[in-house]
Amino acid sequence: MTALLLTLFLPLAGSILLLFVKREQTQLIKTGALVISLLSFIASVFLLFSFDQSNPGFQFVINQIWVESFDAGFRIGVDGMSMLLLMLTTFISPITILSSFYSIHKRDKEYYVMMLLLQFGMTGVFISLDLFLFYIFWEIILIPMYFIIGVWGGKNRIYAAVKFFIFTVVGSLFMLVAIVWLGHYVGTEIIKNAQGFTTNFMVIRDVSFNIPFDIQKWMFLAFALSFCIKVPLFPLHTWLPDAHTEAPTPGSVILAGVLLKMGTYGLIRFNLELFPQSAFAYASPIAWLAVIGIIYGALVSLVQTDIKKLVAYSSVSHLGFVVLGIFSMTATGIQGAIIQMVNHGLTTGMLFLIVGMIYERRHTREISEFGGIARVMPVFTVFFGIALLGSVGLPGLNGFVGEYLTLIGAFTSPFLDSWAYSIIAASGVIFAACYLLWMFQRVMFGTNDNPQNHNLKDLGKQEWATLVPIVIFIVWIGIYPSTFLNISENSTKALVNKLELIKFGKAKYELPTEMDKIKLEKEQNILNTK
Amino acid sequence: MYELIKFVPLIPLIGFLTVGLFGKYLKKEALIGGIASGAVGISFVLSLIIFFDMAGNSPHNPYIVPVFTWISAGDFSVNISYQADQLSILFSLIVTGVGFLIHVYSIGYMHGDRSFYRFFAYLNLFIFMMLNLVLSSNYLLTFLGWEGVGLCSYLLIGFWYDRKFDGVRITWTGDAANKAFIVNRIGDFGFLIAMFLIFLNFNTLEYTHVLDSASSQSSVFYGSGLMTAITLLMFLGCTGKSAQIPLAVWLPDAMAGPTPVSALIHAATMVTAGIFLIARNSVLFALSPVSMEVVMIVGILTAFTAASIGIVQNDFKKVLAYSTVSQLGFMFAALGVGAFTAGVFHVMTHAFFKGLLFLAAGAVIHGMHDEQNIKRMGGLAHHMPTTYKTFFVATLAIAGIPLFSGFFSKDEILWLTFSNGGWFAWLILATAAFFTAFYMFRLLKLVFHGKERFDHHKVHPHEAPKTMLFALVTLAVLSAFGGFLGIPEALGGWFSGHPNMIHNWLHPVFSDAETIILKYAPVHSHPAHIVEYLFMLISIGIAVGGILLAKKFYEDEQWAMPRLLAKKFKGIYNILWNKYYLDNFYFSVIVDPLVTTSRNLLWSVFDVKIIDGFVNGLANVTTSGGQLVRKIQSGIAQNYATLMIGGIVVILTWLLISL
Repeated sequence: MTALLLTLFLPLAGSILLLFVKREQTQLIKTGALVISLLSFIASVFLLFSFDQSNPGFQFVINQIWVESFDAGFRIGVDGMSMLLLMLTTFISPITILSSFYSIHKRDKEYYVMMLLLQFGMTGVFISLDLFLFYIFWEIILIPMYFIIGVWGGKNRIYAAVKFFIFTVVGSLFMLVAIVWLGHYVGTEIIKNAQGFTTNFMVIRDVSFNIPFDIQKWMFLAFALSFCIKVPLFPLHTWLPDAHTEAPTPGSVILAGVLLKMGTYGLIRFNLELFPQSAFAYASPIAWLAVIGIIYGALVSLVQTDIKKLVAYSSVSHLGFVVLGIFSMTATGIQGAIIQMVNHGLTTGMLFLIVGMIYERRHTREISEFGGIARVMPVFTVFFGIALLGSVGLPGLNGFVGEYLTLIGAFTSPFLDSWAYSIIAASGVIFAACYLLWMFQRVMFGTNDNPQNHNLKDLGKQEWATLVPIVIFIVWIGIYPSTFLNISENSTKALVNKLELIKFGKAKYELPTEMDKIKLEKEQNILNTK
Repeated sequence: MYELIKFVPLIPLIGFLTVGLFGKYLKKEALIGGIASGAVGISFVLSLIIFFDMAGNSPHNPYIVPVFTWISAGDFSVNISYQADQLSILFSLIVTGVGFLIHVYSIGYMHGDRSFYRFFAYLNLFIFMMLNLVLSSNYLLTFLGWEGVGLCSYLLIGFWYDRKFDGVRITWTGDAANKAFIVNRIGDFGFLIAMFLIFLNFNTLEYTHVLDSASSQSSVFYGSGLMTAITLLMFLGCTGKSAQIPLAVWLPDAMAGPTPVSALIHAATMVTAGIFLIARNSVLFALSPVSMEVVMIVGILTAFTAASIGIVQNDFKKVLAYSTVSQLGFMFAALGVGAFTAGVFHVMTHAFFKGLLFLAAGAVIHGMHDEQNIKRMGGLAHHMPTTYKTFFVATLAIAGIPLFSGFFSKDEILWLTFSNGGWFAWLILATAAFFTAFYMFRLLKLVFHGKERFDHHKVHPHEAPKTMLFALVTLAVLSAFGGFLGIPEALGGWFSGHPNMIHNWLHPVFSDAETIILKYAPVHSHPAHIVEYLFMLISIGIAVGGILLAKKFYEDEQWAMPRLLAKKFKGIYNILWNKYYLDNFYFSVIVDPLVTTSRNLLWSVFDVKIIDGFVNGLANVTTSGGQLVRKIQSGIAQNYATLMIGGIVVILTWLLISL
């Protein structure tokens, strides 16, 4: 519990502390931010070690009432799914802070305050067990991200920042309305508590499937809209290439690495878990959008001339797999989606770091400016190659595990009506090879003809330090994903049990803990009385 | 003893890590080459130990050695686990045996290369992946190897990444590497979907479980759409990896890689992965007569087409590349007519003689200072006698001269194609065999005989170093005598009951498939031995005919006859010279339209105009706010924070009032 609080509040405390450091002491600010972010990571590692994988429910729960009058609380806790994403957040954050050392050259103090605030918000999103709290964290993130793009970004930063802001805000407004409606409905119609209102996730999730479909579906759609913009799901994706391209390198890394996962996480946590019947109803159209996104993102990546934009569009493609896996509503597919979220965070994050490294050296990202870089930067080439192959989905590296599980989940799903999803989506792996390898060929191979590229320096120590940890996990997940899959296995199964129970009247998996059996019986009773 | 099987792939992996990570510091070429070759050598010895053990007690069922759980989520679970059976061990012996020789050869060939250690790291990684492919006990680990060898192929084709290479839309070696990887991915897509269907229907990806339950329910599955779908999708994967029509286009361009790579990956081992996959799944293929038919037709067509292209090519390695495509077609034809053993037998003999042909070609190219055009060679027999002799042996083997290895395997394929597939299939294949004999002797004549057509001031041909000759001579011995493992019954039956050792060895692997074929699609009557002798004579005649024709055509230093023919049949010549325009067809029908649509429609119109246009319209309302922001850059923090908090406050107040 302490570890959880430390993980969450250390970055906030850090960002406040940094406010009191003199602007000139950049070294102190940088080191301080890195140390705090690392401490938060260490706290999360402690959390991981005391996390019980066999328990599908929430652990380290803190349930503190906050706003009595509408039963909003400071309620946090983690289950297997949020644990993995929490770890991803605390892992990626120090790496981005380290990468900021050589890519951020102005207004250091404000920048690192923003970064730590961002980490605070992201951590909060993944561990909130209260809709009100979730919403606050969700919105908190918007502010630092807006500034990181708008102040430290590229040429069109203002346009990109505003676009990012508008897209997200539109989505969150819908979500806010849905939260209020949901809280009100559950409070007055179902549990009928004193306040006539609740935002307690643990209460709502046990009863929300009793909400009539006609009402439920609007709530589902409002949440889904908000999350799908964040993911982003085709055709809501156009903010992403701009935001990615204009954001400074660490901004892109955080955006790809963690921020997008808030959307996919939300889809699992809220859309599937709170509104199962609507999820059944809308699985097909959403899965279609995911599949279209996979192909569309890949095709558009194919014709990009800016390396960063290419990587940005590839995110649209990769996250399509995640959404497809989620809406397969099978344990295999959701597990695949979760691991794919982690994978995308690692590989795409790493690709952005790599693009940033080359940008720092040449101040351009146009593919045509390069060629034959492998000769002058051999070590860089190896790292680039590994990230690229992870992204292509080569078996033995991380990307394959996620893509494969999501595809097989969708293929065997009793909730999706066709094999076509998986088959079309699988063709995305062909295109992934096309756009990434073509780019790699044009940038790294051939002869080094451009005089400006003759004396490029290979990676420095700090750059090594940012990339090596990611490579370790890229290989680890590829070869032995059980370490990670096991963490979320039981939570995923519990969720699937619930879905199967509601759809087919029978839970699918035997779960190890007594607690969960009791819960299932409880749900069974509710079903019977309905 | 079978437990040793998990170390067979492990040791090359260790070799890869050692050479790859520390190669820079090892410095000495002999040390790097020694470690890498040694790793493969140890794997070969381990495979031999297992082989002898297996030969001793000839087990009927595969021995499975699980290592650890690889991917497990929900209902899906698959292990890293290896399988020792006659098929996997045979392939393992070919891969590590030929692989070892080519490693040793490469020490000489790559001498002085800037990236010497990188080359050997890739080679070891390749062996590791290839061993996973053939030793795996389930589809997914095979798939890992399958894509892994594709990666190594990619890395090694583009090994000299700053060299140019000539091909349709290819400028650099890297372009050729990309082409290989991407074309293979199209095939892998088929493999992937096939795996989905298998998992959906059998709930497992373990070979033994899937194959056993398929053969035990053969009456349900025989001729079913499911089996046809699975096997055709799998075969799509095979056409990619083994360069068959319609995905054959990548292999000739793969010659951009260093020659040992062409020998190891693009002739002896990786490209036979498709044959392995069908052999491994012989039961499933036997259950789908449609797929068998398709495999046979594709094999025969590829054998013919590629052989005909091989006649007119002038690049030493490209002739051999088309020859490989064509020989792989022979193997698929064999599989398609149900002659699984014959197909695998040809994989083995082909690994010997084609590996040898490439290595000899490498020795020539090495000796000629990177010259590859056979029209600028000639008379090299005097300069490199050992290379010449070994090349000659391999040429006789591939042409199908009796007693050399290729004769036995190719003759078996031709014979079984006739008896199981009909006379027309045989005729096309026999024509391909005729072409083979012709283009091989054309090659031999142009390179080693006749006038020396190169510039004596610039080029001083010399014999290859000992490390290279060692591999050449060993492979020459195997090419000459390797065929005796598979003496046809019609001949050897005089001496003992079952002389065809390879047939006996593989019997446990293919017996289920053969039973199914016998049960549902029996061959009506086996023609008498006398007919088989007749066909044997015909195929000898074909080989000799091809050889004599080539001799007649290229004896004359002016090449008057071939030139006349090329002129007279200009249309046909152009088709052959342009490889039936397959590359051009793919570019203009698939690649270009796709790229154009993506750029001009999806991106510039849909993304930029429609979606963004819509959003920007919406945002114009807010732009005034944006303008304001632009002016007061540093003030925005407070502004927006205030706005946000203000918004939240408003909402909260509203909530409080309404409750």
